[in-house]
Amino acid sequence: MSNSLDQLSVTSPSNSAEFIQGAKATIPMIVGAIPFGIIFGTLAESSGLSIWGAMAMSLFVYAGSSQFIALGLLATGVGPVIIIATTFVVNLRHLLYATALVDKVSHLSHGWRALLAFGLTDESFAVVNGRYLGRTDTNRAHWFFLGSIVAMYSNWQLCTWLGIGLGELFPDMTNWGLDFAMSVTFLGIVIPYLRNQPMWLAVISAATFAIILRDLPHQLGLVVAALSGICIGYASQQVQLRMQLAKAANPATKSTGVKTTNTKARSTKP
Amino acid sequence: MNETMMIAGMALVTFSLRYVMFAMAGRIRFPLWFKQALGYVPPVVLSAIIAPLILMPEGDLDLSLANPYFWAALVAAGVGFWRQHLLTTIVVGLVSFILIKWMVS
Repeated sequence: MSNSLDQLSVTSPSNSAEFIQGAKATIPMIVGAIPFGIIFGTLAESSGLSIWGAMAMSLFVYAGSSQFIALGLLATGVGPVIIIATTFVVNLRHLLYATALVDKVSHLSHGWRALLAFGLTDESFAVVNGRYLGRTDTNRAHWFFLGSIVAMYSNWQLCTWLGIGLGELFPDMTNWGLDFAMSVTFLGIVIPYLRNQPMWLAVISAATFAIILRDLPHQLGLVVAALSGICIGYASQQVQLRMQLAKAANPATKSTGVKTTNTKARSTKP
Repeated sequence: MNETMMIAGMALVTFSLRYVMFAMAGRIRFPLWFKQALGYVPPVVLSAIIAPLILMPEGDLDLSLANPYFWAALVAAGVGFWRQHLLTTIVVGLVSFILIKWMVS
């Protein structure tokens, strides 16, 4: 970590410009995180978590949806081992976020990488991934990444703290439905992805499986739903691709049925 | 004590998941199919998280007028596709949630 802090102090204008851009690009996510952070703080006490526990969770775990799920489990009297295991399952997606970004950070020091990894939330991933996909000048983009993390992280701490205080003032706040803020933020992140048929198929099937399998223990339904969605999306992308290739190679043939079964057999190979 | 252990465990698990790939950066190569499949991860996981929250807030599938989560999400999705602007989507979603909840109760 000392390594990353050394680099933090040498800020050239262009680094700070990236940092500020990253923070600014995160503003929409912050708007959604404010009510969500507040409701987390509010719910903590009634779920059986101490004030310091709630604050520590936001400071060190820093993963909104799993903090929220942990509260739900705590309230029903589930022990720490199950809660930690559930956190693992729910946050598995962060491993995949990191996999998607790993090529962009491989030139950085270990301190930098650890710092960026710590702040790799859904929100910062969406913002930072957009930055890497949108522009090619990425050698200073880690400052953009850091700007997004610092903005998101400080807001999350502030809102948790605020929520703890407000929860004592207005005990019925837990029924206001502020948890909708997370749902609408995630919805907003998903919409730009929906640009082609395979993506639609993937998202609709994941949502359907998540609803059908909701009552499976330890959030297993979420994992199964996500994996099914990914497989269905990828498979239909392959089918679509091969159909286009077949069409281009031989415009006269119309027997797409044969081609599809063919591609299915082949696409299972890798 | 139990609480400290739980939070330490959650923090360790979360950080490890976020860090393990970055730690091994440059030493792993992924096949093309894996990278393509990876592109589906964020939208798929996020929609799997929110679908039950929006469509079954009380535990059962509820598409009635009395479910503000569903209707506010519908409004937010409409605005999202129309304007393609994240902040607008979130603000409109939150405001319509409050309005619908207030009208229903």
